[in-house]
Amino acid sequence: MTMDTIDTIDQELIYAIQDGLPLVSHPYQTIATQLGLTEQQVVTRLNRLKQQGFIKRFGIVVHHKELGYKANGMVVWDIPDQQVDNIGQMLANFPYITLCYRRPRRLPLWPYNLFCMIHGKNQAQVLNYLEQLKQQENLSQFHCQILFSQRRFKQRGARFSLKKTNEMQYV
Amino acid sequence: MFDDLETKIINQLQESFPLCSQPFAKLAEQWQTDEQVIINKIQALLDQGILTRFGPLYNAEKLGGAFCLCAMQVKGQDWDTVVSIVNGFTEVAHNYQRQHRLNMWFVLATETPEAIAQIIQQIETQTQQKVYAFPKEQEYYVGLTLSLS
Repeated sequence: MTMDTIDTIDQELIYAIQDGLPLVSHPYQTIATQLGLTEQQVVTRLNRLKQQGFIKRFGIVVHHKELGYKANGMVVWDIPDQQVDNIGQMLANFPYITLCYRRPRRLPLWPYNLFCMIHGKNQAQVLNYLEQLKQQENLSQFHCQILFSQRRFKQRGARFSLKKTNEMQYV
Repeated sequence: MFDDLETKIINQLQESFPLCSQPFAKLAEQWQTDEQVIINKIQALLDQGILTRFGPLYNAEKLGGAFCLCAMQVKGQDWDTVVSIVNGFTEVAHNYQRQHRLNMWFVLATETPEAIAQIIQQIETQTQQKVYAFPKEQEYYVGLTLSLS
Protein backbone atom coordinates (compact mmCIF):
# COMPACT_ATOMS: atom_id res chain seq x y z
CA MET A 1 0.00 0.00 0.00
CA THR A 2 1.33 3.42 -0.88
CA MET A 3 0.82 6.49 1.23
CA ASP A 4 -0.93 9.40 -0.37
CA THR A 5 1.69 12.09 -0.63
CA ILE A 6 2.01 15.39 -2.37
CA ASP A 7 5.13 16.69 -4.00
CA THR A 8 6.42 20.23 -4.52
CA ILE A 9 4.53 20.64 -7.77
CA ASP A 10 1.27 19.59 -6.10
CA GLN A 11 1.94 22.18 -3.41
CA GLU A 12 2.52 24.89 -5.98
CA LEU A 13 -0.66 23.89 -7.74
CA ILE A 14 -2.67 23.90 -4.49
CA TYR A 15 -1.28 27.33 -3.70
CA ALA A 16 -1.90 28.70 -7.18
CA ILE A 17 -5.60 27.90 -7.28
CA GLN A 18 -6.58 28.38 -3.66
CA ASP A 19 -8.46 31.57 -4.43
CA GLY A 20 -10.18 29.97 -7.38
CA LEU A 21 -9.74 29.01 -10.98
CA PRO A 22 -9.33 31.72 -13.57
CA LEU A 23 -12.63 32.38 -15.33
CA VAL A 24 -11.35 31.85 -18.84
CA SER A 25 -12.02 29.38 -21.60
CA HIS A 26 -8.93 27.24 -20.82
CA PRO A 27 -8.46 27.69 -17.06
CA TYR A 28 -6.13 24.70 -16.60
CA GLN A 29 -3.90 25.93 -19.42
CA THR A 30 -3.62 29.32 -17.69
CA ILE A 31 -2.51 27.62 -14.46
CA ALA A 32 -0.18 25.31 -16.38
CA THR A 33 1.55 28.26 -18.05
CA GLN A 34 2.06 29.93 -14.66
CA LEU A 35 3.62 26.80 -13.20
CA GLY A 36 5.58 25.65 -16.24
CA LEU A 37 3.47 22.54 -16.73
CA THR A 38 1.27 21.26 -19.52
CA GLU A 39 -2.48 21.52 -19.35
CA GLN A 40 -2.73 17.73 -19.23
CA GLN A 41 -0.33 17.57 -16.27
CA VAL A 42 -2.48 20.05 -14.36
CA VAL A 43 -5.67 18.10 -15.11
CA THR A 44 -4.04 14.79 -14.14
CA ARG A 45 -2.68 16.17 -10.90
CA LEU A 46 -6.00 17.75 -9.94
CA ASN A 47 -7.78 14.49 -10.65
CA ARG A 48 -5.35 12.63 -8.43
CA LEU A 49 -5.55 15.20 -5.61
CA LYS A 50 -9.31 14.82 -5.75
CA GLN A 51 -9.19 11.02 -5.74
CA GLN A 52 -6.76 11.01 -2.82
CA GLY A 53 -8.99 13.37 -0.86
CA PHE A 54 -6.63 16.36 -0.66
CA ILE A 55 -9.31 18.20 -2.59
CA LYS A 56 -12.66 17.49 -0.97
CA ARG A 57 -14.75 19.14 -3.61
CA PHE A 58 -13.96 20.97 -6.78
CA GLY A 59 -16.53 23.46 -7.93
CA ILE A 60 -18.36 26.49 -6.68
CA VAL A 61 -18.65 27.44 -3.02
CA VAL A 62 -21.89 29.19 -2.18
CA HIS A 63 -22.62 31.73 0.49
CA HIS A 64 -25.57 29.98 2.07
CA LYS A 65 -27.14 33.12 3.47
CA GLU A 66 -27.29 34.77 0.08
CA LEU A 67 -29.04 31.66 -1.27
CA GLY A 68 -31.94 32.09 1.09
CA TYR A 69 -30.72 29.56 3.67
CA LYS A 70 -30.88 32.24 6.29
CA ALA A 71 -31.11 30.02 9.33
CA ASN A 72 -28.48 27.65 10.56
CA GLY A 73 -29.05 25.85 13.78
CA MET A 74 -26.26 24.14 15.63
CA VAL A 75 -28.03 21.26 17.36
CA VAL A 76 -26.17 19.76 20.27
CA TRP A 77 -27.02 16.56 22.11
CA ASP A 78 -25.97 14.83 25.28
CA ILE A 79 -25.77 11.19 24.22
CA PRO A 80 -24.33 8.40 26.38
CA ASP A 81 -20.79 7.63 25.18
CA GLN A 82 -21.61 4.07 24.18
CA GLN A 83 -24.43 5.22 21.88
CA VAL A 84 -22.99 8.40 20.41
CA ASP A 85 -21.28 6.85 17.38
CA ASN A 86 -24.40 4.99 16.28
CA ILE A 87 -26.59 8.02 16.66
CA GLY A 88 -24.06 10.31 14.98
CA GLN A 89 -23.90 8.03 11.96
CA MET A 90 -27.66 7.81 11.81
CA LEU A 91 -28.06 11.62 11.97
CA ALA A 92 -25.52 12.08 9.19
CA ASN A 93 -27.84 10.28 6.78
CA PHE A 94 -30.53 12.94 6.95
CA PRO A 95 -30.38 15.34 4.00
CA TYR A 96 -30.92 18.46 6.08
CA ILE A 97 -28.05 17.61 8.41
CA THR A 98 -24.96 19.11 6.88
CA LEU A 99 -22.29 18.46 9.51
CA CYS A 100 -22.12 15.97 12.36
CA TYR A 101 -19.29 15.59 14.87
CA ARG A 102 -18.56 14.09 18.24
CA ARG A 103 -16.76 16.61 20.47
CA PRO A 104 -15.78 16.71 24.17
CA ARG A 105 -18.15 17.85 26.89
CA ARG A 106 -17.07 20.84 29.00
CA LEU A 107 -18.81 20.22 32.29
CA PRO A 108 -20.60 21.78 34.04
CA LEU A 109 -21.21 24.50 31.45
CA TRP A 110 -21.48 22.24 28.45
CA PRO A 111 -22.89 18.69 28.73
CA TYR A 112 -23.21 18.04 24.99
CA ASN A 113 -21.02 15.63 23.04
CA LEU A 114 -22.72 15.42 19.64
CA PHE A 115 -22.90 18.45 17.37
CA CYS A 116 -24.81 18.68 14.11
CA MET A 117 -25.73 21.54 11.83
CA ILE A 118 -29.16 21.95 10.31
CA HIS A 119 -29.59 24.52 7.56
CA GLY A 120 -32.97 25.85 6.53
CA LYS A 121 -34.70 28.74 4.83
CA ASN A 122 -35.79 30.06 8.21
CA GLN A 123 -35.76 29.11 11.88
CA ALA A 124 -39.23 27.52 11.65
CA GLN A 125 -38.04 25.10 8.99
CA VAL A 126 -34.95 24.18 11.02
CA LEU A 127 -37.11 23.58 14.12
CA ASN A 128 -39.46 21.48 12.05
CA TYR A 129 -36.62 19.26 10.85
CA LEU A 130 -35.44 18.83 14.42
CA GLU A 131 -38.91 17.87 15.60
CA GLN A 132 -39.28 15.30 12.78
CA LEU A 133 -35.92 13.86 13.68
CA LYS A 134 -36.72 13.51 17.37
CA GLN A 135 -39.98 11.74 16.64
CA GLN A 136 -38.79 9.46 13.86
CA GLU A 137 -35.64 8.36 15.63
CA ASN A 138 -36.88 8.37 19.19
CA LEU A 139 -34.38 11.01 20.26
CA SER A 140 -36.62 12.91 22.66
CA GLN A 141 -35.11 10.96 25.55
CA PHE A 142 -31.80 12.80 25.06
CA HIS A 143 -31.17 16.32 26.22
CA CYS A 144 -30.68 18.56 23.23
CA GLN A 145 -30.41 22.24 22.50
CA ILE A 146 -30.49 24.30 19.35
CA LEU A 147 -28.24 27.33 18.98
CA PHE A 148 -29.23 29.56 16.11
CA SER A 149 -26.68 31.92 14.66
CA GLN A 150 -27.63 35.49 15.32
CA ARG A 151 -24.81 37.28 13.58
CA ARG A 152 -21.97 36.22 11.37
CA PHE A 153 -18.79 38.17 11.94
CA LYS A 154 -16.44 36.39 9.67
CA GLN A 155 -16.55 33.68 7.03
CA ARG A 156 -13.64 32.74 4.88
CA GLY A 157 -12.16 29.63 3.38
CA ALA A 158 -8.88 28.00 4.20
CA ARG A 159 -5.72 29.89 3.29
CA PHE A 160 -2.53 28.21 2.23
CA SER A 161 0.89 29.66 1.80
CA LEU A 162 4.20 28.20 0.75
CA LYS A 163 6.99 28.27 3.28
CA LYS A 164 10.60 28.61 2.16
CA THR A 165 10.96 24.90 2.64
CA ASN A 166 8.01 24.48 0.31
CA GLU A 167 6.24 22.68 3.08
CA MET A 168 2.55 23.34 3.00
CA GLN A 169 1.52 25.90 5.51
CA TYR A 170 -2.03 26.43 6.55
CA VAL A 171 -2.76 29.99 7.57
CA MET B 1 -34.70 35.30 -7.88
CA PHE B 2 -32.40 33.05 -9.82
CA ASP B 3 -32.76 32.40 -13.51
CA ASP B 4 -32.46 29.02 -15.17
CA LEU B 5 -28.73 29.22 -15.79
CA GLU B 6 -27.98 30.47 -12.27
CA THR B 7 -29.99 27.60 -10.83
CA LYS B 8 -28.03 25.09 -12.93
CA ILE B 9 -24.73 26.61 -11.86
CA ILE B 10 -25.66 26.56 -8.18
CA ASN B 11 -27.22 23.11 -8.17
CA GLN B 12 -24.77 21.31 -10.42
CA LEU B 13 -21.39 22.90 -9.85
CA GLN B 14 -21.08 22.54 -6.08
CA GLU B 15 -20.06 18.91 -6.19
CA SER B 16 -18.02 18.90 -9.34
CA PHE B 17 -16.64 21.00 -12.11
CA PRO B 18 -15.30 19.38 -15.29
CA LEU B 19 -11.59 18.64 -15.35
CA CYS B 20 -10.94 18.91 -19.06
CA SER B 21 -9.39 21.32 -21.50
CA GLN B 22 -12.43 23.57 -21.96
CA PRO B 23 -14.69 22.99 -18.97
CA PHE B 24 -17.00 25.92 -19.66
CA ALA B 25 -17.46 24.83 -23.28
CA LYS B 26 -18.35 21.34 -22.05
CA LEU B 27 -21.00 22.76 -19.72
CA ALA B 28 -22.23 25.06 -22.50
CA GLU B 29 -22.83 22.05 -24.70
CA GLN B 30 -24.76 20.23 -21.95
CA TRP B 31 -26.80 23.29 -21.11
CA GLN B 32 -27.19 24.46 -24.69
CA THR B 33 -25.67 27.86 -24.22
CA ASP B 34 -22.40 29.62 -24.91
CA GLU B 35 -19.26 29.20 -22.80
CA GLN B 36 -18.81 32.96 -22.43
CA VAL B 37 -22.36 33.26 -21.10
CA ILE B 38 -21.50 30.76 -18.34
CA ILE B 39 -18.21 32.48 -17.54
CA ASN B 40 -19.95 35.85 -17.27
CA LYS B 41 -22.70 34.41 -15.11
CA ILE B 42 -20.26 32.81 -12.66
CA GLN B 43 -18.36 36.09 -12.49
CA ALA B 44 -21.62 37.95 -11.78
CA LEU B 45 -22.56 35.48 -9.00
CA LEU B 46 -19.11 35.98 -7.46
CA ASP B 47 -19.43 39.77 -7.72
CA GLN B 48 -22.83 39.64 -6.03
CA GLY B 49 -21.42 37.58 -3.18
CA ILE B 50 -23.70 34.62 -3.89
CA LEU B 51 -20.65 32.48 -4.55
CA THR B 52 -17.70 32.88 -2.24
CA ARG B 53 -15.27 30.99 -4.38
CA PHE B 54 -14.95 29.01 -7.54
CA GLY B 55 -12.34 26.29 -7.32
CA PRO B 56 -11.09 23.64 -4.91
CA LEU B 57 -12.18 23.00 -1.36
CA TYR B 58 -9.16 21.47 0.33
CA ASN B 59 -8.97 18.94 3.11
CA ALA B 60 -6.79 21.09 5.33
CA GLU B 61 -6.18 18.35 7.88
CA LYS B 62 -4.85 16.06 5.20
CA LEU B 63 -2.58 18.87 4.05
CA GLY B 64 -1.11 19.11 7.55
CA GLY B 65 -3.29 21.82 9.07
CA ALA B 66 -5.67 21.67 11.99
CA PHE B 67 -9.13 22.94 12.85
CA CYS B 68 -10.79 23.53 16.16
CA LEU B 69 -14.24 24.81 17.08
CA CYS B 70 -14.04 27.18 20.04
CA ALA B 71 -16.54 29.06 22.14
CA MET B 72 -16.50 31.95 24.59
CA GLN B 73 -18.91 33.44 27.05
CA VAL B 74 -18.89 37.15 26.22
CA LYS B 75 -20.84 39.79 28.14
CA GLY B 76 -22.77 42.44 26.24
CA GLN B 77 -20.52 45.35 27.09
CA ASP B 78 -17.42 43.40 26.02
CA TRP B 79 -18.75 42.28 22.65
CA ASP B 80 -17.15 44.76 20.34
CA THR B 81 -13.76 44.50 21.99
CA VAL B 82 -13.74 40.71 22.02
CA VAL B 83 -14.99 40.45 18.44
CA SER B 84 -12.28 42.72 17.19
CA ILE B 85 -9.56 40.84 19.10
CA VAL B 86 -10.77 37.41 17.98
CA ASN B 87 -11.34 38.39 14.35
CA GLY B 88 -7.95 40.05 14.31
CA PHE B 89 -6.37 36.58 14.30
CA THR B 90 -5.90 35.32 10.74
CA GLU B 91 -6.36 31.80 12.15
CA VAL B 92 -10.03 32.55 12.90
CA ALA B 93 -11.90 31.16 9.91
CA HIS B 94 -15.42 32.03 10.94
CA ASN B 95 -17.10 33.53 13.90
CA TYR B 96 -20.79 33.43 14.81
CA GLN B 97 -22.85 34.81 17.63
CA ARG B 98 -25.17 32.10 18.96
CA GLN B 99 -27.89 31.92 21.59
CA HIS B 100 -26.36 30.32 24.65
CA ARG B 101 -24.31 31.34 27.65
CA LEU B 102 -21.45 30.35 25.37
CA ASN B 103 -22.43 32.95 22.80
CA MET B 104 -19.40 33.40 20.58
CA TRP B 105 -18.49 30.42 18.38
CA PHE B 106 -15.53 30.47 16.06
CA VAL B 107 -13.36 28.06 14.15
CA LEU B 108 -9.58 28.14 14.33
CA ALA B 109 -7.64 26.92 11.34
CA THR B 110 -3.91 26.60 11.86
CA GLU B 111 -0.80 25.40 10.14
CA THR B 112 -0.07 22.72 12.71
CA PRO B 113 -2.09 20.92 15.41
CA GLU B 114 0.16 22.46 18.10
CA ALA B 115 -0.68 25.99 17.00
CA ILE B 116 -4.31 25.56 18.08
CA ALA B 117 -3.37 25.64 21.77
CA GLN B 118 -1.02 28.57 21.22
CA ILE B 119 -3.67 30.69 19.51
CA ILE B 120 -6.22 29.83 22.19
CA GLN B 121 -3.79 30.98 24.83
CA GLN B 122 -3.13 34.24 22.98
CA ILE B 123 -6.84 34.91 22.66
CA GLU B 124 -7.34 34.21 26.37
CA THR B 125 -4.49 36.53 27.30
CA GLN B 126 -5.68 39.36 25.07
CA THR B 127 -9.37 39.11 25.96
CA GLN B 128 -8.96 38.03 29.59
CA GLN B 129 -11.69 35.46 28.94
CA LYS B 130 -11.72 31.70 28.87
CA VAL B 131 -11.81 29.95 25.51
CA TYR B 132 -13.56 26.56 25.48
CA ALA B 133 -12.09 24.26 22.85
CA PHE B 134 -14.24 21.66 21.13
CA PRO B 135 -11.87 19.64 18.97
CA LYS B 136 -13.44 17.12 16.65
CA GLU B 137 -13.25 13.61 18.12
CA GLN B 138 -15.19 11.86 15.40
CA GLU B 139 -16.59 13.07 12.12
CA TYR B 140 -19.81 11.45 10.92
CA TYR B 141 -20.34 13.51 7.83
CA VAL B 142 -18.85 16.44 6.09
CA GLY B 143 -19.99 18.44 3.13
CA LEU B 144 -22.41 21.20 2.58
CA THR B 145 -24.21 21.42 -0.68
CA LEU B 146 -27.33 23.45 -0.85
CA SER B 147 -29.88 23.27 -3.60
CA LEU B 148 -32.34 25.66 -5.13
CA SER B 149 -35.75 24.24 -5.85
